[in-house]
Amino acid sequence: MSDVSTPTPSSTAVTRADICAVAIAEAFRGDGERLCNPIGNLPLIGGRLAAATFEPYLALTDGFYTLMDPQSPDEVPPIALPEAERVAQRTVAHWNPYREMFGLLWQGKRHVMMGATQIDQYGNQNIAAIGDWTQPRRQLLGFRGAPGNTINHTTSYWVPNHSPRVFVPAVDVVCGIGYDRAHALGPIASRFHEVRRVVSNLAVFDFEARDAEGVPTMRLRSLHPGVTLEEVLEATGCDVVIPDDLGESRGPTDQELAQINRLDPRGLRLNEVPEP
Amino acid sequence: MPGPDKRCTEDEVVAELSSGMTIGIGGWGSRRKPMSLIRAILRSDLTDLTIVSYGGPDVGLLCRSGKARKVISGFVSLDSIPLEPHYQAARQNGSIQAAEWDEGMLLLGLQAAAWRVPFLPTRAGLGSDVMKNMADLRTVTSPYATVLPGQNDGGEFEELLAVPALELDAALVHQNAADVSGNSVWLGEDPFMDDLFVRAAQRSYVSTERILPTTELAGLGDIAHLKISRMDVTGVIEAPHGAHFTECLPDYSRDEAFQKRYAATAKSDEAWDEFRAEFLDIDEAGYQAKVKELQV
Repeated sequence: MSDVSTPTPSSTAVTRADICAVAIAEAFRGDGERLCNPIGNLPLIGGRLAAATFEPYLALTDGFYTLMDPQSPDEVPPIALPEAERVAQRTVAHWNPYREMFGLLWQGKRHVMMGATQIDQYGNQNIAAIGDWTQPRRQLLGFRGAPGNTINHTTSYWVPNHSPRVFVPAVDVVCGIGYDRAHALGPIASRFHEVRRVVSNLAVFDFEARDAEGVPTMRLRSLHPGVTLEEVLEATGCDVVIPDDLGESRGPTDQELAQINRLDPRGLRLNEVPEP
Repeated sequence: MPGPDKRCTEDEVVAELSSGMTIGIGGWGSRRKPMSLIRAILRSDLTDLTIVSYGGPDVGLLCRSGKARKVISGFVSLDSIPLEPHYQAARQNGSIQAAEWDEGMLLLGLQAAAWRVPFLPTRAGLGSDVMKNMADLRTVTSPYATVLPGQNDGGEFEELLAVPALELDAALVHQNAADVSGNSVWLGEDPFMDDLFVRAAQRSYVSTERILPTTELAGLGDIAHLKISRMDVTGVIEAPHGAHFTECLPDYSRDEAFQKRYAATAKSDEAWDEFRAEFLDIDEAGYQAKVKELQV
């Protein structure tokens, strides 16, 4: 399935957060019947937006122990519901306790979007610690599922605070493995590895460029409307390839904007990505 | 025939443990943790423990109290508070050794011990700094060739991470109900890895919200909820509200206010000492009474 290049954008006021939601949704385009597993508020809005619009066969998590199959676009549940509402609004299609989630992800039918405290040009991600791991300057989340996710199935990243402290030449601890690490493992061990997209509050990146050895490396894919190339380059501390045909991230259609507002009625996305 | 009566108290369990042991703790993050047993360990003179856990406040408390020498975890988090502050402090001041594994690796390590095999292979962890930082981890080469689709070259012998068996001296888990001999029922929506913890251990202790006649267990949910057999249980502790302040659905939710209070004790030694004196240097009945007072 190819990108829909020119959907009719909404004429209503669109925020930067709405642009991010659409860019996140686009990361899941073409996934078909696979678990869409975004982590965090804007990733959840984007993933559910994809399911409610152009990627209807995505499987969705309820955030805990079930997979849900909403029976129509408007039944895709809003994010951050109070517990009773969360349970009431899910159409449970599958029991998915943590051990089953590991089974599912080792099998590979999953696309996760995680956060990244640090990320580099090969898509190596750090969420574990800042400084030397042995006795870190700042202990963060640990490795969580990042090593297993990245070597088993498609992974994308969401960065709400694009800065040179996040986009770094080399991450302090490799949790999610990037293309250089995958390349070093060889074609058999890395055959399920794919870092597809990095979406930030400023721009969208993919890994469709290649370094001198043919290893995929970060490429700027589109700038969000109102963001300049200089702004992105200043905020990016790692190498990034700039294509000649650099595009602009698309805005939501009227239908998409209505879904974004329905999925996030309290506007939590604006806390994560305030208007510039 | 009914199984043997294995009822005991938290303090009797602690008397069967010794310093230097490797102890597995069930639950997940700040969910269904055997907290009354953890509190009993905090009151004891046990030390030098190696803790295996999908960690939450169990790990934080054992680190802050100097009970843990080493922590093997898939993560340590309070869920609603993403970073466990006492574990974070212990890592940053170097007061514990840590083995931070990929979450799925921990499941495989427990499963390997439960199946009495020395390791289980996985792709999870390859290429990441889990391999670099946990220098005792090894890989294993598959004896079977992997042939990529469309290739006719005989394939390659794939190298995988060999997750070592997490053999536990003791396991501590909390269940919603059990009979006197340890047949146990988890309710809620996730069994977590409790059944693997009890099978991976030499001695396993189940604390439970209620002890019921065996005849009443199957009626609490469907039979898939009868996940732990008495054969894998050494002792049963009746501990109503024993998982407090972690959640134990459907019996109770996490006590978020208390958890915040706990998390705030990482701010200073004084805050910790005060919390410790008020809630930890007392017996379990005293703790539960204090908590009840707070909720009025």
